[in-house]
Amino acid sequence: MVLSVVALVSALGVVLSKNPVTSVLCLIVTFFTIAGHYIMMNAQFLAVVHIIVYAGAIMVLFLYVLMLMNLNADLEPQKRNWLKYAGAISGGALLVVLVAALRDASMPALSTNPTDIGLIKNLGMVLFKQYVVPFEVSSILFLSAMIGAVVIGKKE
Amino acid sequence: MTLLSIDWFFIIEKVLLISGVLVLSLVVAMYSTWGERKVAAWIQDRLGPNRAGFMGLLQPLADGGKLFFKEEIIPTNANRFLFVLGPSIAMLVACMTSAVIPWGDTLVIAGRPVSLQIADVNIGILFIFGVVSMGVYGIMIGGWASNNKYSLLASVRAASQIISYELPMGLALIALLMLTGSLSLKDIVEQQRHGLWNVVYQPLGFFIFLVCAFAECNRAPFDLPEAENELNGGYHLEYSSMKLGFFLFAEYINMFISSALIATMYFGGYAFPYMDKLGLDPNMVTILGFVALFLKTLFFIFFFMWVRWTVPRFRYDQLMRLGWKIMIPLALVNMLITGALVLARQH
Repeated sequence: MVLSVVALVSALGVVLSKNPVTSVLCLIVTFFTIAGHYIMMNAQFLAVVHIIVYAGAIMVLFLYVLMLMNLNADLEPQKRNWLKYAGAISGGALLVVLVAALRDASMPALSTNPTDIGLIKNLGMVLFKQYVVPFEVSSILFLSAMIGAVVIGKKE
Repeated sequence: MTLLSIDWFFIIEKVLLISGVLVLSLVVAMYSTWGERKVAAWIQDRLGPNRAGFMGLLQPLADGGKLFFKEEIIPTNANRFLFVLGPSIAMLVACMTSAVIPWGDTLVIAGRPVSLQIADVNIGILFIFGVVSMGVYGIMIGGWASNNKYSLLASVRAASQIISYELPMGLALIALLMLTGSLSLKDIVEQQRHGLWNVVYQPLGFFIFLVCAFAECNRAPFDLPEAENELNGGYHLEYSSMKLGFFLFAEYINMFISSALIATMYFGGYAFPYMDKLGLDPNMVTILGFVALFLKTLFFIFFFMWVRWTVPRFRYDQLMRLGWKIMIPLALVNMLITGALVLARQH
């Protein structure tokens, strides 16, 4: 409960804060609270991997890029008004679609008693026996993304 | 003694254990500063600190006192909140890792087994990995919030260095995990207790892990984030008083924890040869095991210092080349060979 409140507040902080670095820090807090949720669902492995990958690697790169940019608010070109309206309208449209989709979705009642699916042993069994093909396909997707990044980087 | 359906002995035991480990790591970090100077002096044929107390043993206390009473300066244009947050994160993260290291086997006190490990979680190694990857935030936030170009350069260096060396470190750990089949550090130690130490099976993995530990701790020869002759001290340039002390202290705690980790994962942890054949009281064996782990850890701390005063600092492009073009391929090869051997042994 407390965790969810913190998650929501920090997620709002990401969007509302004026300073991009503060936004990133709020996002890191959000990731931690999500990891906390995973732990409460007895999925320690997922929680730790979530922290290592998102908070530990991706957000560091975000911060890295932000720190190198000039963050002076006065120098930044002001966005035009119609751009703001367009953003608000498209975001609102997405919200409507999501709400409509979720309203019809059948939500099986979440069982409150913890399952062991998030523990590394069971997760490995599921991943490498039941879902081995999707798993391998997604790894090829990552590989192609990596090669693409290298190719784009080499162009210079 | 169960009151309100809480096992109070359990809580008391854990609180004592946590404070014990915390005090231990702080004291070790404190005396590492003394040890560092003594080792440096010994290598450079000097005397080192010898004025405060016997053999200069009171020097760390004097330094600590000095840091506490110095004037605290926060630069005018710095982001005050983040400026304070930086060293706090560095210190917090440094202290968190010790929770999953098994400092010894179980002690039996008044008929109650007390494990000398704060939390035997089934993801021990990953927990450490996650916490270590958080460590860079202290440096990055501190360096950026200082609003100083040297600090900023240092934090950018630290970020890319730590991310680059996390990859081979993780790959070296994967090879170790294939061998042990468990993520719990306690299981890894118990396996080594009944067999050979992991360094025998994983010499290359050990080497890679060691090099990456140097890089993750920002220790020489990888101490580019605080290269004093190019960056005036790097990310803690604007810091004074105890906030500077926290940054320096966190480095020594990290060194202690990584030494303990190397000893645990590759050198048998609290296991020592013939520990089950001595015929001693189990409690005695546990205490001896703790002493063994401590001695191994001290040796690796000494090794950290030895390297620092022997090897010159890398240039930044050399550091990156070493990380991406040598360490990662080596770690991948190590992983493949380990995987093949494990598979061959199963059949």
